[in-house]
Amino acid sequence: MITKRVNIGVIGLTLVLLAGCSTAPEAGKSAAGPKAEAGAKTKLVFIPKSSGNPYFNQVAKGFEGIDGMEIDTQAPTSADATSQLAVIKDQVQRGVNVIVISANSPDALNEALDEATAKGVSVITVDSDLTGNESHRALGILPTDFSKIGPSQVELLGKSIGYEGEIAILSATADAPNQNAWIEGMKKTLSEPKYAKMKLVEVVYGDDDAQKSSTEMESLLSKHPKLRGVISPTSVGLAAAAQVLENAGVYPGGPKATGPGVVLTGLSTPNQMKKAVAKGVVASFQLWNPADMGAIAAYLGDQIHTKMATYKQGDEVEVPGHGKLKVGPKGVIFAGDLLTFDKANIDQFDY
Amino acid sequence: MRFSAILLVIAAALAAIFSPRILDIHYLLDKSTLFTGTGLVALAMTLVIISGNIDLSVGSNVALTGCVAAKLLQAGYPPIAVVLLGLLTGTFLGALNGVMVAGFRLPSFLVTLGTMAAYRGAAQAMVGANSVKVPEGFTGIQRQLLALVPAPVVVFIVMAILTGLLLHRTVFGRWVVSIGTNESASRYAGVPVERTKIVTFALAGLMAGLAALMEISQLEVARFDLAKGMELDAITMAVVGGCAITGGKGTIGGTVSALILVMLMKTAMGVANVKAEYQLTAIGVLLLLAVLVSRLDSHQPAKPGKSPTKAA
Repeated sequence: MITKRVNIGVIGLTLVLLAGCSTAPEAGKSAAGPKAEAGAKTKLVFIPKSSGNPYFNQVAKGFEGIDGMEIDTQAPTSADATSQLAVIKDQVQRGVNVIVISANSPDALNEALDEATAKGVSVITVDSDLTGNESHRALGILPTDFSKIGPSQVELLGKSIGYEGEIAILSATADAPNQNAWIEGMKKTLSEPKYAKMKLVEVVYGDDDAQKSSTEMESLLSKHPKLRGVISPTSVGLAAAAQVLENAGVYPGGPKATGPGVVLTGLSTPNQMKKAVAKGVVASFQLWNPADMGAIAAYLGDQIHTKMATYKQGDEVEVPGHGKLKVGPKGVIFAGDLLTFDKANIDQFDY
Repeated sequence: MRFSAILLVIAAALAAIFSPRILDIHYLLDKSTLFTGTGLVALAMTLVIISGNIDLSVGSNVALTGCVAAKLLQAGYPPIAVVLLGLLTGTFLGALNGVMVAGFRLPSFLVTLGTMAAYRGAAQAMVGANSVKVPEGFTGIQRQLLALVPAPVVVFIVMAILTGLLLHRTVFGRWVVSIGTNESASRYAGVPVERTKIVTFALAGLMAGLAALMEISQLEVARFDLAKGMELDAITMAVVGGCAITGGKGTIGGTVSALILVMLMKTAMGVANVKAEYQLTAIGVLLLLAVLVSRLDSHQPAKPGKSPTKAA
């Protein structure tokens, strides 16, 4: 009995102590609208989809060499739709000025981001935007014109398989807005007459988890014996699928290939695919440079915070090192163009 | 229970020192709304664990009930009806667990492992990978303040008090402890073992349903992967709060102070910019410490004259 009263007392005491300290938010942060304290560095936090993904490490590389800003990366441990909520709230409380985020969900973050904006934090999305909810962020930096990715990938695969045969897609998480946008583009492209003889038999999700991606790829190979090609528009998926393909030996020219073999392509970083390309498991794949997005987001975030800059559709922005960029509808900016990597050029790149 | 209470005071002091920005009551109250769902489920989990069982399916229950509720709202059912149906759904799913554990005498770990997959699978079958939007009138419960305290926190406090009274002040509560301490002896003593177990699981389901309603209101969408991992968080809080995983020991007060402790730790680490992986490690270490202390504690020799079934 006594113990119980002590316990309740302790809980109550702690709560009172916490409540007693500071009922008012820090001075200067309660004002709506971005204000730079004189001489203070702009604080930026980068919130990727999840930790340990080399793609986002590359985005963060874009922050290197930027002076005058305090830049930090805080990633949730998993790419669930709600995993970034706590991070956003904590970072806002910590006093960041700019949030650069690669959204795990197009809509679950709306409220948290609105709160952040109301407290004077600028929100910029990179790579994965708040599709359908763009009003909840200031700008969206997309790697390249997304509408071109679907057609480019389908064309790249089509060329390698003679525009004929069954194909499949190995994606990341089912909810990722960027993945779904690209898959839609691929499906639309496949309905064109040029690709009439190519049939999309299945879309599977590897959740950007190496283990799950491998399992899904293996099941694709066993479920569809006539499979001719696979597109994996995610670096984790493509790397895992290449490993599976190498083990199975059914890539074009591989030891166990019956017939022309299974052609694998997709989006990934050059470093992750160098071995696969050298062994001939993957002939070619595509990507942009993720660091471009990081650098542009950081620069624009700083501009918004220190100079109260606003960017509307139709504006042209000059970003040092990246030339003149156009602000498109819904505040979207494309960081650059799609590059195709193959044996001939892959060694020129290091990311 | 003493362990978590002591830790809580230490954690609060450390938080104040290392993360001065954490001492903002508005922020803390707002942040706590992210933990109320897990808190509610942890309350019921305490009862389940004390009775010697475990419920791994609560997270999936929340997801399924949440998706059902959101779909009903979209179909135009009035909020009151949806709240009732949601609670009913959660309770039913929990009771299913209870019937399988108590009625068919199956180990709760295995039963709830199965329903954990089954319920979440059902949720995914129902809504696919999409988010089900929750209509405007039902959203934003965390913005409803009662005396500056967000509604979800008030709901949690009320439920904590009720569950505490249930466990520590009713005959039913004594039955729960008794079953967890020694099931056969309880049976011979006339305790309705099966019925009690079913009720504990039904309660877990009820809490899951309540948590689901609050979660979808806060998030403004329902998804099949809602509350992923909630069951493990709830179990962590119950164990750190003093529940013995084998049953017979535990208090609601302990669970609540463990909830506050975990919330404080995670929040303080977040504001102090500690990486997520280290936060995970810290919580894991905390859990191990709690289990260790609980083992050492239970090896204390009983004082002469005290009854052997010591359930504080």
